Amino acid sequence: MLQITGVSKTFNAGTINEKKALIDINLTLLPGDFVTVIGGNGAGKSTLLNMVSGVYTCDTGSIVLDGENITFQPEHKRAKMLGRVFQDPMRGTAADMEIIENLALAYRRGKRRGLSWGITKPEREIYHERLKLLELGLETRMNSKVGLLSGGQRQALTLLMATLQKPKLLLLDEHTAALDPKTAKQVLHLTRDFIEKDGLTTLMVTHNMKDAIKYGNRLIMMHEGRIVYEVSGEEKKSLQVEDLLKKFGTVSGNEFANDRMLLS
Amino acid sequence: MDLMSLVSAVGASIPQGVLWGIMCLGVYITFKVLDFADMTVDGSFALGGSVSAVLIVNGAPPLFTVLVATLAGMLAGVITGVLNTKLKIPAILAGILPMIALYSINIRIMDKSNIPLLGEDTVMTQLSKLLPLSQNISSLVVGVVFCVGLMAFLYWFFGTELGSAIRATGNNEQMVRALGANTDMMKIFGLLIGNGLVAMSGALVSQSQGFADVSMGVGTIVIGLASVIIGEVIFGRRFSFLYKLFSVVMGSIIYRMVIAVVLWLGMKSTDLKLLTAVIVAAALSIPVIKDSLLKPNKIKKAA
Repeated sequence: MLQITGVSKTFNAGTINEKKALIDINLTLLPGDFVTVIGGNGAGKSTLLNMVSGVYTCDTGSIVLDGENITFQPEHKRAKMLGRVFQDPMRGTAADMEIIENLALAYRRGKRRGLSWGITKPEREIYHERLKLLELGLETRMNSKVGLLSGGQRQALTLLMATLQKPKLLLLDEHTAALDPKTAKQVLHLTRDFIEKDGLTTLMVTHNMKDAIKYGNRLIMMHEGRIVYEVSGEEKKSLQVEDLLKKFGTVSGNEFANDRMLLS
Repeated sequence: MDLMSLVSAVGASIPQGVLWGIMCLGVYITFKVLDFADMTVDGSFALGGSVSAVLIVNGAPPLFTVLVATLAGMLAGVITGVLNTKLKIPAILAGILPMIALYSINIRIMDKSNIPLLGEDTVMTQLSKLLPLSQNISSLVVGVVFCVGLMAFLYWFFGTELGSAIRATGNNEQMVRALGANTDMMKIFGLLIGNGLVAMSGALVSQSQGFADVSMGVGTIVIGLASVIIGEVIFGRRFSFLYKLFSVVMGSIIYRMVIAVVLWLGMKSTDLKLLTAVIVAAALSIPVIKDSLLKPNKIKKAA
């Protein structure tokens, strides 16, 4: 489904702030793969997602999604194949617009936006049904401004928007990191339900090792711009947080991973 | 300082407010909907007046000149949009550059700095020939017809798929890109509509006042902002999009009335721009001042 081949990215090349964010990344996702991505700060996890979504362009290498080479496609063009949820709940939705307006915008992802009415009657039914899945009662307040929702509600809505048009690839960039633990759990359960229901191919970046083990069929660990460890199938199921920490210790040369990973 | 002269001055200010209200709708689109402080409007307002006046003097039908002026304004908006989105020039500067350029262009268009329209046909004089209306009343009628038509158009347009995407771009660009819309095009489109409206207003104002002048656009952006803010303060922020458009035009009328009153009170007309700037600065800083006044109370309550 997704083939990343020899992708590298250096920020501020040739300056004192030079940062090799990604170094020769090779990664292939099969249809239906649910890959969790872990790693310390600055490991290149978010950069990897941003390369796939087109926020940045590759210095070298190529990205092929479902047979289409998207390496040099602008962000809005490749969006037709991608569903994205960001870390910041504010970034995935338009605060001053109604819930239903946000959904209608997402419903038209990858389609021509013309002069027909922005929300049609039959759509309302679809949104009503879909919002029910969130079990947040949002279906009764479809005309509320999104700005009135909590961070968790907005993130759940963004998730719904990302999957409203079935994406070829779902990109989740630490989408529960800004939420309180209880809400984060709810959003993660929703995420899993949505992915399982539609069999979505997914890349999920997380800081939480437990979540990385619990969800998905594959796990990759990144460090300083490289993929340093990969595990899948039965081996992944039997993985413990301690194993990951040990692994992380050997690749990074530090005995302990950073605090955020230990605490979570 | 007799009361009759005040009443007639305020009365005369209403048609002006409505005609300028079209410009304010344009400023509302760029400033509020698109979140883009567009300085182009100073130039495109005079551009509308210049284009319309030149065409009228050369015998074109007045209503047709308004259309051409609008198209000219749209072009100016597109240029600002391209400078900002494709050439990555910051919004303020991307607006100032066309604004300055338009000063020269407008003089080129008119071949001089001022074209009088006395004795020429305008939309207003044509209307007062058809109906027994005074110049003032026919300006009002023309303004109201245009405003109502435009508000209906804008309400429709910003409810469409394209219009919704433009509104969303002003709200959260990142999201709009992630949802597959080209935010550069959305901004260019918004600026096109905004400046089209501004130029249309410039054309109608020049026809109503009987001349076009290269400096007629100076301070337009500030007047537009003042009207948008006055409308917002008096009529509230909530409610529907149509109501907001309505409050913008009402804000423009109230602004003209206030100007008429302060002139009647003896203020020099050259001081008006100072007054307008003060109004806008004050209105924009109200939220900050409110906050700083409220905070000590909050702390007290908590303790």
